Amino acid sequence: MDMELIIQLIFSFIFTACFGVIFNAPTKAIPYCGFVGAIGWIIYYTLIRYDVTEVQSSFIGAFVVAIVAQVFARRFKMPIIIFNVSGIIPLVPGGIAYNTMRNIVELDYTMGIQNGMRAFMISGAIAMGLVFAEVIIQLMMRMFKIGRTSMQSFARAKRRQK
Amino acid sequence: MMNKEQQYELALDCLLLAGRMMMESGAETYRVEDTMLRMARSQNIEDAQSYVTPTGIILSLGKSQVTKITSITSRITDLHKIAKVNNVSRKLSVQMITLEEAYDELRMIQKTNYFLPVHIQALAASIASSCFLVLFNGYWSDMPAAFVAGGVGFIVMLIFQKLTRVKFFSEFLAASVVGLLASLAVHFGLGSEMDKIIVGAVMPLVPGLLITNAVRDLMAGHFTAGIAKGTEAFLTAFAIGSGIAVIVAF
Repeated sequence: MDMELIIQLIFSFIFTACFGVIFNAPTKAIPYCGFVGAIGWIIYYTLIRYDVTEVQSSFIGAFVVAIVAQVFARRFKMPIIIFNVSGIIPLVPGGIAYNTMRNIVELDYTMGIQNGMRAFMISGAIAMGLVFAEVIIQLMMRMFKIGRTSMQSFARAKRRQK
Repeated sequence: MMNKEQQYELALDCLLLAGRMMMESGAETYRVEDTMLRMARSQNIEDAQSYVTPTGIILSLGKSQVTKITSITSRITDLHKIAKVNNVSRKLSVQMITLEEAYDELRMIQKTNYFLPVHIQALAASIASSCFLVLFNGYWSDMPAAFVAGGVGFIVMLIFQKLTRVKFFSEFLAASVVGLLASLAVHFGLGSEMDKIIVGAVMPLVPGLLITNAVRDLMAGHFTAGIAKGTEAFLTAFAIGSGIAVIVAF
């Protein structure tokens, strides 16, 4: 692991945690939001360095983000959206969307359409990655029948006591 | 002890309040529907029907039961509130609390403001803006400019959001302030790449959550909600783009 990767890891962690604050995630969850984002970003970054296209890297990054988010969501009994939303922020094509808008207002429509399609494809890939991971995890849960949360088993035990 | 009619009335209010708060805090449409129907089932209301859109919720408890509508006017991102409401619905559906207790808790949640103080949020926005430069191969020397521009842009958006209540206007102004600060920084030699500074500083305003939620709603079959959220995201992006364009053009 070289120096650059470590720098990327640290800064993507801070970046995502800050977005956790802006989106008002529960204070307890904010470091874990940062962790989710850092993992997703490192995978995306490594894939890009090995010349995988940006759409495919975004898909895989979002897929991993959703899986890690699902693990944390089960562990802390919070809705998965808390970890998902901040986790995908480093992958969201903000820069490309900005370039699109800038090209269009500078009347360079050809470049604008090109960049716009890129932004559209990347955000579609991110959403697909999230949904696929969620569906696959649900299927696996049903297969292994571990859908019951600890809160449910606690309540069941409490009712039995009465 | 309440009679059946009163209990249904309370259940309806309780479900609508929960759904409304979740929708206002930026939850996905299918999660809102799922939560409301789960809560209904826990109260032995089996054939409840709901129709959720980003601008309003219609909920009926069954064929011969009452139906109510609630309208939703403002949508922000408040993950803490979603977690709280989710927790109440979880407790209700495993019968840890009664319907009355759940309603009281929801009312408490509605009244409480879970947001962190504004200066902490602004600080987070500033740090996020400067971290963005590192992630996207910007110069380290541009970080102070992005720090200032990101924080000021975020504060401007919050202030005008409160004053005018028109989202498009506040985002437009915030983006133009960001553009102005970035071009000033480059002009006075405090920054070198204007594009990267601007992109970093507008990141806290970019509707990333809206875009992904829109696509996910579309995939879950909620076409009305998906299109509506997509439109909102497009409007926000357009506000940011045109806000910066005004500055860049001069």
